[in-house]
Amino acid sequence: MSTTRAAASVLYDVPGPKARLRYRLFGALGALGIAALLWYAVSSLADAGQFDADLWSIFQYTTVQQRILDGVLATLEAFALSAVGSLVLGALLAVGRLSDHRPIRAVATAVVQFFRAMPLLIMIFALYQAAFGAHPLWALVIGLTLYNGAVQAEVIRTGINAVPRGQAEAAYALGLRKTQVMAIVLIPQAVRSMLPAIIGQLVVTLKDTSLGYIITYPELLWEMKIIATNSDGYPYIPVVLVGTPIYILLCLALTGLAQWIEARGRRGANRRTTAAA
Amino acid sequence: MKARRTAAVALSVLALTAVAACGKDGSPSASSNDSAAPQLPTYTVKTDVKLDASPVWTEAKKRGKLRIGAKSDQPFLGFEDLQTNKRNGFDIEIAKMIAADLGFSADQIEFTTVVSANRETSIGGGQIDYYVGTYSINDNRKKSVSFAGPYYIAGQDLLVNKDNTDITGPEATKGKSVCTVTGSTSIDKIKTYGANVTAYDTYTQCVEKLLTKEVDAVTTDDAILKGYAAKNAGKLKVVGKTFSTEKYGVGLKLDDAALRGAISDALKAHEDNGDWKKAYDATLGLSGSAAPAVPALERY
Amino acid sequence: MGILFEDGNFPLFVHGFLKTLELSALSALFALVLGTVLAAFRVSPVPVLRTFGTAWVTVFRNTPLTMLFFAVTFVLPPLDVHFDSFTLAVIALSVYTGSFVCEVLRAGINTVPLGQAEAARSLGMGFGQTLSLVVLPQAARTVLAPMGSVFIALPRNSAIAGGFNVAELFSVQKTLTEKGYAIVAIFVWLALAYLVISFAINAVFSTLERRLAVAR
Repeated sequence: MSTTRAAASVLYDVPGPKARLRYRLFGALGALGIAALLWYAVSSLADAGQFDADLWSIFQYTTVQQRILDGVLATLEAFALSAVGSLVLGALLAVGRLSDHRPIRAVATAVVQFFRAMPLLIMIFALYQAAFGAHPLWALVIGLTLYNGAVQAEVIRTGINAVPRGQAEAAYALGLRKTQVMAIVLIPQAVRSMLPAIIGQLVVTLKDTSLGYIITYPELLWEMKIIATNSDGYPYIPVVLVGTPIYILLCLALTGLAQWIEARGRRGANRRTTAAA
Repeated sequence: MKARRTAAVALSVLALTAVAACGKDGSPSASSNDSAAPQLPTYTVKTDVKLDASPVWTEAKKRGKLRIGAKSDQPFLGFEDLQTNKRNGFDIEIAKMIAADLGFSADQIEFTTVVSANRETSIGGGQIDYYVGTYSINDNRKKSVSFAGPYYIAGQDLLVNKDNTDITGPEATKGKSVCTVTGSTSIDKIKTYGANVTAYDTYTQCVEKLLTKEVDAVTTDDAILKGYAAKNAGKLKVVGKTFSTEKYGVGLKLDDAALRGAISDALKAHEDNGDWKKAYDATLGLSGSAAPAVPALERY
Repeated sequence: MGILFEDGNFPLFVHGFLKTLELSALSALFALVLGTVLAAFRVSPVPVLRTFGTAWVTVFRNTPLTMLFFAVTFVLPPLDVHFDSFTLAVIALSVYTGSFVCEVLRAGINTVPLGQAEAARSLGMGFGQTLSLVVLPQAARTVLAPMGSVFIALPRNSAIAGGFNVAELFSVQKTLTEKGYAIVAIFVWLALAYLVISFAINAVFSTLERRLAVAR
């Protein structure tokens, strides 16, 4: 039930003619305000000489471009390792929290609660100082795996609990053992239903690889910082203006990939996302 | 919505490839080809070096590459030229001198950038074989790494804007904001004069803050400051009153006495044959300050 | 383990702890305000405001916080905007967390069935009444849990400020490491501090959830 353009939403009714006029006025005012803000920002930057050609010239060199590419690859490498690690750890911890044996449950719960509360940076720094001074990649990956594994554990556990009880009961009735029920029936369905949350956490993992710059792992932010500090004129602003879109692109690509996987999963035999229990 | 997003991603990929297509190859800056400027000395690589008593050296020989830690953003001291990916500066020359005497040529050296706060971790963790980068020798650090040298005696000094007339010495920093680097020995020293200390990751960030007048001075060793003064010619000046003594040494693994001895021998040899002075004149000397006397080595 | 009590470390630690709390509290406040404004933009019927809100949230949700700190520390000064490091840290944290708050609020509002609002309006309730009596109470229940995790993440993210000249707990870790203490000992004390903060916020949100829970 919608009219030509505006539809009803929870907060706003379908607009009548006066309301439409009012919205158009606000729209114009808003556009003006935003344009003014943008113009102010861009002109201040231009005044400060931030759009001069020589400040941006550093990006023309192949060595610099190679550097940026190396940074991106290092970021993706750390991300890939931590993503796999955190999903595996997450699944294990989730299963542990749902175990029938009290000690396993207690240990898993303690681990999850501890690593969810710890700041990632502090863990990574401590790991770097303690054991991985020579290989900051592993300090970064292990820190990311522990933290994100704990968070994914909670997500997967919510997913497992959301699978209709009939599924597990049917599996047991067929004679499957507890581990088989978990692995064959529950976890795949849990992952499929919680995919948005899982992918959201993976995007967070990707962003957190930038913490590697504090322990000298040469990922993208580190390389960008070197480019800014070692070029004539200290082009911090151009570096930020180039580096931020790269990160945004990477994260959007990951989110897009997730949505594609989800869409594929819904085709064919899996058209029903929840089983009718 | 999905089509819009795909279009955005496609456009950005195209833009990126377009930028990459017009990539320029870096060439060394013209000033280094200036025949009037002092030239860097060349070092003959020793071919019959045997240091089996040093585990670090044996490991490096097996690897075929010497891993040296250095700074990458200190002009004329430890600097990495982004356009050519080559390192230059006084500390780099010292590192190359030592490497030559250890039997490694310049292209068998792998430089790694290590910031001040991570020096001990990198040496102790084996990420680098030795470190040459304005590394001040002090007893606290001797607990985790060992030093060969000193190869240069600097003093803590102040870098200010060219038009700054109030800061003429450390006493004048009382109440003023002074910038330095986290983990550096300069922090405690300047605090005794009553300055407000701000700390960042690298000196370049401090110099940037000085240029935008957000801090009143940058404090650290005068060698580093002179490099920045030279790089930002006409905008900055070094006050010139040193108020401490900083002995620069080569940092290496704590219990590798054989390597320490070999590095000290290398330093002595190159100081005696004039390479040290030639290296100074071609790097730090370009900032206008003459070469100081060669410091006496302290072996232990 | 007693490193905390030697050599004047205790005041350093307490100072860092209080700084973390101060940073987190201020950023939480601003994030809440900013997030609400952005959510209002994103659900507004005016297309321009909606686009602006979406663009803002997309940019700041997909940029790492470290990059944001970097940008705020080095991009603002040449634009003649001079703040001290603490204020810059608050700005960076609030802007980052604000976009997450906005998303949570928007998701919460969208879970309220359209029929509720239509019924309210057909009863003659105005915008303010619909919002406060019908929509928000229902949205609040859905919003509370994810909001809790956003606000628990905030003190953790504040650790990054330690690398940008703010004297909070991460910089305490760096200082103590520089002084040469055992890493495990330092880590234990810091872990304790953050666990305390985390439990406190958890407790607040659990109480809120229980208060607003509906017996079904």
